Amino acid sequence: MKKITIPIGPQHPALKEPISLRMTIEGEVVKDADVRLGYNHRGLEKLAENKTYIQNIYLMERICGICSHSHTTCYVQAVEKLCGLEVPRRGLYIRMLVCELERIHSHLLWLGVAAHEAGFDSLFMYTWRDREVVMDLLEIISGNRVHYAINTIGGVRRDVNENQKEKILEGIKFLKMRTEYYTNLGTTEPTFVVRITKVGMLPKEKAIALCAVGPTLRASGVASDIRKDDPYAAYSEIPFELCTANTCDVLGRVVVRVKELVESYKIVEYIINNLPQGDIKVRAPRKVQPAEVVSRYEAPRGENIHYVKSNGTDKPERLKVRAPTLANYPATIEMLKNCFVADIPLIFAAIDPCVCCAERFVELKDIRKGTSKVLSMADIRRKYKYNEIKKDFVWPL
Amino acid sequence: MAVIKALVYLLIYPGILFLFVYSTFCEWFDRKLYARLQNRIGPAYTGRNGILQPVADFLKLLFKEDIVPEKADRIIFSSLPVIGLAVVVTVGLYLPLWNVDVSIPSFNSFQGDVIVVLYLLSLPTLIFFLAGWHSTNFFSTLGGVRVLTMLFGYEVPLFLAILSPAIVADSWRLAEISYFYQKFPFLLLFQVTGFFVSVIALQAKLERTPFDIPDAETEIVGGTFTEYSGKKLAFFRLMTDIEMVVGSGLIATVFMAGFSGGIVLGLFKFVLKTLLVIAILSLIRAACSRIRVDQMVVFSWKYLTPLAVLQLLISIVVKGIIQ
Repeated sequence: MKKITIPIGPQHPALKEPISLRMTIEGEVVKDADVRLGYNHRGLEKLAENKTYIQNIYLMERICGICSHSHTTCYVQAVEKLCGLEVPRRGLYIRMLVCELERIHSHLLWLGVAAHEAGFDSLFMYTWRDREVVMDLLEIISGNRVHYAINTIGGVRRDVNENQKEKILEGIKFLKMRTEYYTNLGTTEPTFVVRITKVGMLPKEKAIALCAVGPTLRASGVASDIRKDDPYAAYSEIPFELCTANTCDVLGRVVVRVKELVESYKIVEYIINNLPQGDIKVRAPRKVQPAEVVSRYEAPRGENIHYVKSNGTDKPERLKVRAPTLANYPATIEMLKNCFVADIPLIFAAIDPCVCCAERFVELKDIRKGTSKVLSMADIRRKYKYNEIKKDFVWPL
Repeated sequence: MAVIKALVYLLIYPGILFLFVYSTFCEWFDRKLYARLQNRIGPAYTGRNGILQPVADFLKLLFKEDIVPEKADRIIFSSLPVIGLAVVVTVGLYLPLWNVDVSIPSFNSFQGDVIVVLYLLSLPTLIFFLAGWHSTNFFSTLGGVRVLTMLFGYEVPLFLAILSPAIVADSWRLAEISYFYQKFPFLLLFQVTGFFVSVIALQAKLERTPFDIPDAETEIVGGTFTEYSGKKLAFFRLMTDIEMVVGSGLIATVFMAGFSGGIVLGLFKFVLKTLLVIAILSLIRAACSRIRVDQMVVFSWKYLTPLAVLQLLISIVVKGIIQ
């Protein structure tokens, strides 16, 4: 059979968000893969430069609908570092509590999506039903299911009371039981296991060379986790294990995430039982001294990096977000090569892609010359004299 | 009188009207059971407990926009759903439901009708392949190729398993096979392996999980049916439903002693036995993940076919003993 190129995306049932994967296939085997981004660019970084530090917390929350707490925590950590604020320990613990609950919700969601991509809809329905439990816990704590809005510069906005603690422990107990069942199911159901073993191989050296992050990296046998390597919040005080797998395939990624679920339950229980007394936040100044800072955070998908540069006003001069999905794209292309067409959605889903997190720039391509150029929002404005364009045109042009 | 009886047989029971009503009921049963197994409620609004949902889906699809791709061959593209529907409805006529006298062969029951039924049940697979091929879409073509690849996997074990009871009954006529097992029901105990092999092969024929490879939504969009819409898709869906009914009817005929006892009792037995087979199909669908096409072929030749051959050997030995 001759080589043909099939487009997976930007609109495809396997993709929950728009991204274009171009596959050159020969029969059922993928010979080459190419990822094209930019279908979901929203210009959030530029927008952040026009908003105050407090307003930006809520903007950062909207980078992602799943790991919303990851982005705000990473951002407020950076601003706190700029201001030299010491967050009260109770505030840090509540922050970590929400962070771990978010990890549980994200991993359960991922397990469902991965099962759905493999055509195992029963597991999908079950995990998403149980995910409701952790969503309810997050609602109890913060009042919201998705955008928790619990972080503020200098601490957290809401405290946790005894009644809530009890409910959280109850929910975690139920989830522990269910996760045990999923561990059993995900690693023993023959049709599922046969689909995910030896699929999307990413050897250890390749994983390091291509800068993979998070569970994708840990499934290739590299013990790397920001919570251990560069502890933020109060992770240095919390006992937990780093989960890795040596199989380097999708099965390994399932195993790592399920193990992390179990560790997260332990961390939540530890936090609830050892919640320190005291304030939950300190007052933060409105204006920030000129400086620049980088903040790292272990999001459910991997390392999240925020870079903030301040200029003495109440607005940041530059805010740069490096979401974990972006770091995993090069590794994904490596994994997709020489796989079967049937495995494409599984491999792509196995990095837990969050496309809208990763869309940070626009690439323009000249079709006639074949050259391409990466432009920032500011460049586009300058080049196309955005401010001078007459605004009286009628759509469609 | 004979003409009227034949017309009723063709058009009402067990012809097109009965098959339409019963296949939509079976789709509802399958969907509801599948949903309950997944902790969902399934169809709930149209009719009592959503029992009319498949009919509503069918009618709605009939009124939807019908698109033929520019590059597709218009005649073949449009005629395939109708041919497919005609083929599976014809299979329904050969099931020994009613109007069948064991002693006298008739137009719908004769020596060798089991072969005819198996042949007719192979045609939908070819129709799916042609539908995918003539859609001129990458996803459809890939789906069509997968349909054919799978055919080489499940067809042999299905034939071997279905023909084993016929060997013991010493007949190639469905009515005689079921009549034989009504007389000696204990002989069915030796056909258990064949029963499970044929159920799994039927699952593959109907392209349901774990064998829903040709229309794997997350991989190749709609697979074979990517370009089909409106009336044509409605016919294809009805065809798959009827195929499920007649496929399970065939298994019920040869492995569950058929549907004796006239029109009322026969209908009752038919419903009961086919629903049992469909329930097993739903269970398999809920308990499995989709496998790859190469894994499916390997599974068929490594496990399914040897089991079917084993069933054949058991049948030959049993036949030697009872003679």
